[in-house]
Amino acid sequence: MAIINWLLSVYIEVFRGTPMIVQAAVLYYGAAQAFGVNMDRTVAALVIVSINTGAYISEIIRGGIISVDEGQFEAAHALGFTHWQTMTKVILPQAIRNSLPAVTNEFIVNIKDTSVLSIISVSELFFTAETISGQSFQFFHTYLIVCGIYLIMTFTISRLFRLIEKHLDGPKNYNVMNNQMQVETPSIKDTEGDAE
Amino acid sequence: MTESALLEVRNLQKRFGNHEVLKDINLAVTKGEVLTIIGRSGSGKSTLLRGLNLLEPPTSGQILFHGENVLADNFDLIRYRTKVGMVFQNFNLFNNLSVLDNVVVPQVTVLKRDKGAAKKHGMEILQQMNMGPFVNAKPAQLSGGQKQRVAIARSVAMDPEMLLFDEPTSALDPEMVDDVLAAMKDLASTGLTMIVVTHEMAFARDVSDTVIFMHDGVVGEQGTPAQIFEHPREAATRDFLKRYLNRA
Repeated sequence: MAIINWLLSVYIEVFRGTPMIVQAAVLYYGAAQAFGVNMDRTVAALVIVSINTGAYISEIIRGGIISVDEGQFEAAHALGFTHWQTMTKVILPQAIRNSLPAVTNEFIVNIKDTSVLSIISVSELFFTAETISGQSFQFFHTYLIVCGIYLIMTFTISRLFRLIEKHLDGPKNYNVMNNQMQVETPSIKDTEGDAE
Repeated sequence: MTESALLEVRNLQKRFGNHEVLKDINLAVTKGEVLTIIGRSGSGKSTLLRGLNLLEPPTSGQILFHGENVLADNFDLIRYRTKVGMVFQNFNLFNNLSVLDNVVVPQVTVLKRDKGAAKKHGMEILQQMNMGPFVNAKPAQLSGGQKQRVAIARSVAMDPEMLLFDEPTSALDPEMVDDVLAAMKDLASTGLTMIVVTHEMAFARDVSDTVIFMHDGVVGEQGTPAQIFEHPREAATRDFLKRYLNRA
């Protein structure tokens, strides 16, 4: 267990602490030179982006877990929950919800940072734009359009996560009022027939 | 101490670093008994209660539940915790779950009850607590008194043999206190064994069978409510009660 912990913190520190552009170069060119592996560029790019994001997101979720009130752990333990049950049923749902704004940030940074993958000649957006503008000499137009495309992607992501947040929060205050209206009605939604 | 004690505590000690909070606690609770623990803040009341269900494992001593040592290595702590429920000062409802799920999920998760049966059982108890109309609300949408009644329902739904109450009304507005105390009084009348840490002297006097006055990490005085409130033997008890009763 201690070894796993140690490995994980090394992973987090290394991948948070070095630039993705360097990581990509090390993985792609390093693998080619040291082991003679000719990796598919897209695969190498995906691997680097995933590993890099993983390191950041694991710290974000850790922050989310810390942000959950200590009393939630205590109540679950006092009811007889195991550590695993406490985490899956009570803590993580709250931790992940609290982490979502930071996770959204991370994904947006990520989309933008894929531009550094041109270092290993992946034909991503920026790399393609360079090629096109080099041929057409229309630098301003090309890069402006590229800006627009990045913006569309990041905007979609941020709206998508906002929707997820709303979904996780469930119905807001309105429902309490509805519930209070039901005080006089003996049967309660979802549990009709079960009561009594 | 009696043989038939449901829960018995012997020479319990708890130390945080070099600060000794519980010095030498001895007490016993029989089935159906309502024991209230009173005393100044910092006298170790809450620590004792949290020690009883091992949220704050004691440094030394013994806790016997049905004569079995709770602190033994091979003791089934999970089963013990389902038998000895706890109600907290700050409610600690699961904020991600609805009122009904707060009561249902522990039954399903820990006791492996069938979901339908757990729901039915939970609804009955929530209705007893007058929380039936709020089953679909989230904890954040409830008032303090309502939250505490849900928290009590959550513990009661596990069908415990005993409930521990850690200052259940201390975080509530005065007008909400009565609701919660009434719910606790009803529970006491069902024969449920209860240990209640409280500053509500009227509750201690009217509902409990035994009152313990804690003072500086030891049981300062123990007796029936009549003995403690009307004829306290110790100076510390008299001093403490004088302040409380004058205020009321």
